[in-house]
Amino acid sequence: MGQYRGNPAAIRGLVREDAVHRDLYLDPEVFALEMEELWAKTWIYAGHASQVPNPGDYYTCTIGAEPVVMVRHTDGSVRVLRNRCAHKGTKVVAATCGNVGRFFRCPYHAWSYRTDGTLAAVPLRGGYDGTGFATSEAVRGMVPVNTVDYRGFVFAKLSDEGPGFHEYFGPSLSSIDYMVERSPSGEMAVAGGVLRYMHDCNWKLFVENLNDTMHPMAAHASSAGTAKTLWADKPADAPKPMAIEQLVPFAQGYDFFDKMGVRVLPNGHSWSGVHFSIHSSYGAVPEYEAAMIAAYGEEKAKDVLGTVRHNTVYYPSLTIKGAIQTIRVARPLAADRTLIESWSFRLKDAPPLLFRRNVTYTRLINSPMSVVGHDDLQCYRLIQEGLAAGGNEWISLHRDYQPQEAAQGDITANGTSEISMRNQYRAWAKFMTLGVP
Amino acid sequence: MTEAEIARFLYHEARLLDEKRWDEWYALFTEDALYWVPLTRGQPDGIDHTSLAYEDRLLLQLRIARLRSLPPSQQPESFSQHVLQAPEIEMADDGTGAWRTRTPFCYAESRGDAMLMLAGTAEHHLVREAGATKIRLKRVNLVNCDAALPSIQLFL
Repeated sequence: MGQYRGNPAAIRGLVREDAVHRDLYLDPEVFALEMEELWAKTWIYAGHASQVPNPGDYYTCTIGAEPVVMVRHTDGSVRVLRNRCAHKGTKVVAATCGNVGRFFRCPYHAWSYRTDGTLAAVPLRGGYDGTGFATSEAVRGMVPVNTVDYRGFVFAKLSDEGPGFHEYFGPSLSSIDYMVERSPSGEMAVAGGVLRYMHDCNWKLFVENLNDTMHPMAAHASSAGTAKTLWADKPADAPKPMAIEQLVPFAQGYDFFDKMGVRVLPNGHSWSGVHFSIHSSYGAVPEYEAAMIAAYGEEKAKDVLGTVRHNTVYYPSLTIKGAIQTIRVARPLAADRTLIESWSFRLKDAPPLLFRRNVTYTRLINSPMSVVGHDDLQCYRLIQEGLAAGGNEWISLHRDYQPQEAAQGDITANGTSEISMRNQYRAWAKFMTLGVP
Repeated sequence: MTEAEIARFLYHEARLLDEKRWDEWYALFTEDALYWVPLTRGQPDGIDHTSLAYEDRLLLQLRIARLRSLPPSQQPESFSQHVLQAPEIEMADDGTGAWRTRTPFCYAESRGDAMLMLAGTAEHHLVREAGATKIRLKRVNLVNCDAALPSIQLFL
């Protein structure tokens, strides 16, 4: 046994108001506890309802350390079930997605389950007569997970402990609202494939980076800075390729990112780009703006289109870019291994250009071949390696720290503040030791 | 071009990449060329569907300039080795000077002590331009295009 299991005081000791201990990123026991506590007692993104439009449609993924299947039940609702046969534990659904019809069927002994997880049939059932089967765990079937479908975003909570959905996310849900409302008809669907980028680093390094605005000018000088240089000698009226339009803003200076602003909310959620963002200067699409005004009225359309938040973090698993309809999902695999999925959405009744922008952006930034992503991941890896050094066991999160911030909860700060990370670790300590006085 | 000439051209192209002779490699592409690594098998297009890479000359130029600048992720540097099977000629039109080829490959990318191994098939659309052979499309179909992949830093 290590030093952290059963020792909430030691867990809390890893998080100071303005610094965190390296064991958060390195220690396998801390990782295992994160999966049992933080990732079980908070709402984790499973997938989007548009991935399972018809009854029987399913998508398999993980919630924390557990294999699950998200499925459209016969009553039309989306369910998330443990992907485990009640008999011997076989993962029932092996494929990533598909349609199962009315029943899941285990490939080993043909136990079958309805799409709400209840046990439908067991071959030669008479063999269980007079045994303890009827009162055993096995009759629970594929045990469902607490599930909420919020405007198509399906979140799951493994444990019955922890906050309710709206209490947990609070005003951060406005970023999902703004994303969905970018469609004139208020609908969008997953499209264009999913990029899956293996990160050999701790999941928190990725999540922290989403609102880290002090790194682009350093880490992305080689990509965004080079894009800026390549375009510098073009005439001012030369039509700007989408790639240039998207890459060059990463090369903005400290002042830009500082003025962008960051807002933090209770439970670790936050968004950067409160006032504007790197997505603010994309070319206008007049026919789309007209369709938005027709659908929502001038004032609301202006509000939706003028809200160009950079990254919203739905701590700990999901990060979204409403302005361009892309999301990234962190699936932690080990203390030093995390799968990052990047999904794109097509807005219903919007011009094709918007989806093309989205596809271009996610390819340029989030692909395993991205010239931007390579340098981010390299920096995460270097942290993972560098933290082995002695002499200093703490990660500094002091930038713009103010002692009263912990008590305030909902704060809008300057964009280069490290407040979003401090806010994440306050939530981390809370949910890692939930219920412990 | 004869089959042997086409094969020589494709071996040369891979060698330029492995030797990091990026300017010479870049010069092999037509003005309207695309370097494309699809995300899914049989992916019909790269505009309305995400790809691992879908790059015109401008983006290739950016990739080359960035690699040359020894960015964070290229410390230490990556090195590649293409191992090509003899190309099959899928379509040859000697009249207009256009060829389509299919070349199965293995690809190794090393960095420090780590080595990434990939395999797939490269499709080339070749044309004759001012007496020279040029690439209009290089499409690299990875056998594990939809897998969770680590960073792929050099050119496939």
